[in-house]
Amino acid sequence: MTELIQNVIDGLGRGSIYALLALGVAVIFGVMHLLNFAHGELITVSGYAAYAAFSTGWSWYLVAPLVIVVSILTSLVIERVAFSRVRNASSFTQLLTSFGIHFLVSAMFVMYVGARVKTFSEPSWISDTTAIGPITVEVFDLVVIAVTAVTLAATVVILQKTMFGLALRAAAADFDTARLMGVDSDRVIRGAFALSGALAGIAGIFWLMRAGNTAPSSGIDPMLKGVLAALIGGLGSLRGAVLGGLALGVAEVVLRSQLPGTAAALTDGVVFALIALLFIFRPQGLITVSHAERV
Amino acid sequence: MLLEVNGLTTKYGSISALRDVSLSVGAGEVVGLIGPNGAGKTTLLGSIAGLLSPSDGSVEFEGNSVTGHAPDKMLKAGLALVPEHRRIFVDLTVAENLRIGGVTVPKSDRAGLLDEMAELFPVLRDKWDTPAGFLSGGEAQQLAIARALMSRPTLLMMDEPSLGLAPVLVDVVFDLIEHLRDQGRTLLVVEQNATRMLEVADRAYVLRSGSVVAEGSGADLRSRSDLFDTFVGGAE
Repeated sequence: MTELIQNVIDGLGRGSIYALLALGVAVIFGVMHLLNFAHGELITVSGYAAYAAFSTGWSWYLVAPLVIVVSILTSLVIERVAFSRVRNASSFTQLLTSFGIHFLVSAMFVMYVGARVKTFSEPSWISDTTAIGPITVEVFDLVVIAVTAVTLAATVVILQKTMFGLALRAAAADFDTARLMGVDSDRVIRGAFALSGALAGIAGIFWLMRAGNTAPSSGIDPMLKGVLAALIGGLGSLRGAVLGGLALGVAEVVLRSQLPGTAAALTDGVVFALIALLFIFRPQGLITVSHAERV
Repeated sequence: MLLEVNGLTTKYGSISALRDVSLSVGAGEVVGLIGPNGAGKTTLLGSIAGLLSPSDGSVEFEGNSVTGHAPDKMLKAGLALVPEHRRIFVDLTVAENLRIGGVTVPKSDRAGLLDEMAELFPVLRDKWDTPAGFLSGGEAQQLAIARALMSRPTLLMMDEPSLGLAPVLVDVVFDLIEHLRDQGRTLLVVEQNATRMLEVADRAYVLRSGSVVAEGSGADLRSRSDLFDTFVGGAE
């Protein structure tokens, strides 16, 4: 039982990172109806920025905010250079564009920086544990969960209380009518990409701390987790994205620890099988996106 | 003239939904736009408001050319549209719908405008924090109009405000149009209910198959027997 609780906390830590990634995917899907397969590249680019900063002697305290800033800027640049040009194209074209960005960013790092993995040091406290009664938990997981909770609360405030949040929700519900009301479509879309970039940046800090390295293909894994979690939760639903991320994280950790012997190595396969089952019984994901749920 | 439309042509693919349409609206006027289904009335409002791009012709507003400007620019210029089928944001509350309507006005003026709307539309005041999806058809139409008024438009365009409403609510909508007229607001209203529209309009245009076939004062047009099918709302 103790082990299971530890697993769940560990899973929530991992799932929090997925939740932040998925929330970014859901925000973009809400306004543009675009499933952004380039989302992981925000972590690739900020990973290289982190590597460059470490090489000049920066510490994690300076690198962490840098990762967020680089992620936001990368998100805005990708919107400006690529997505803004296909805004009125079919969803298929937009989808292919996002794939194109994903491959292009990887290829550019291979060409101009090198295909080898660049390593940097993890923070010294990454493996520290603390005891809560009989349960031993990693400090890292607690930090991730706490930061995610604060980030989600801030996101709710932005969406509910600010004019930008209101415009984003209106645009997600009915883009044309929002424009008719005077909502500046460029500004809302840029804002959505900035928000999505900030969320990916916060997730990216923890992702990079844990990984301790970056490589041209580093974006694939976070992209898959983010997109999958958003799909599990019900595309377009922000609450669903968070729920999907947490569920994915907990499922991964619990299965890896509870599956017998060699089967534990098949965790990813089992997770995908579970997701397939979920979509057979609930094709819309965990949360049904009624109009009211969208962004 | 406040709004001057000259020779406007709008096409869907190769089909012209509007052909060489000209009309004008003066400050403080209530102008009706009537005609049967498919006459191009909604296309005309959409082309003025920037939702559709006209292929020919010009739109001038307060003396400036605004042809083909994006809807948000048109709104900032002072031209608001209450769209067909109301298109309120059903998942936002009544108050949030109104705040979105006021997105272009300075923040400091928004609270005052909200108070003004609460006074003008008492039915909305009681449902301030209700999601707009729970409103009845009549309430939703009033919200759509209030939302457009939040931008303090110089010209308010309405597309079929009485469409789909029970007769008693149709009265509410026309009473509201009269009230707005009495406040001195400038309105351009598309209506299928031609008889009622001609009663409240200073002037009106009759649109058929994408062209203006008649124009004149409400009383003039009502006496024109050749336009009878237009008044009973017959389809093309």
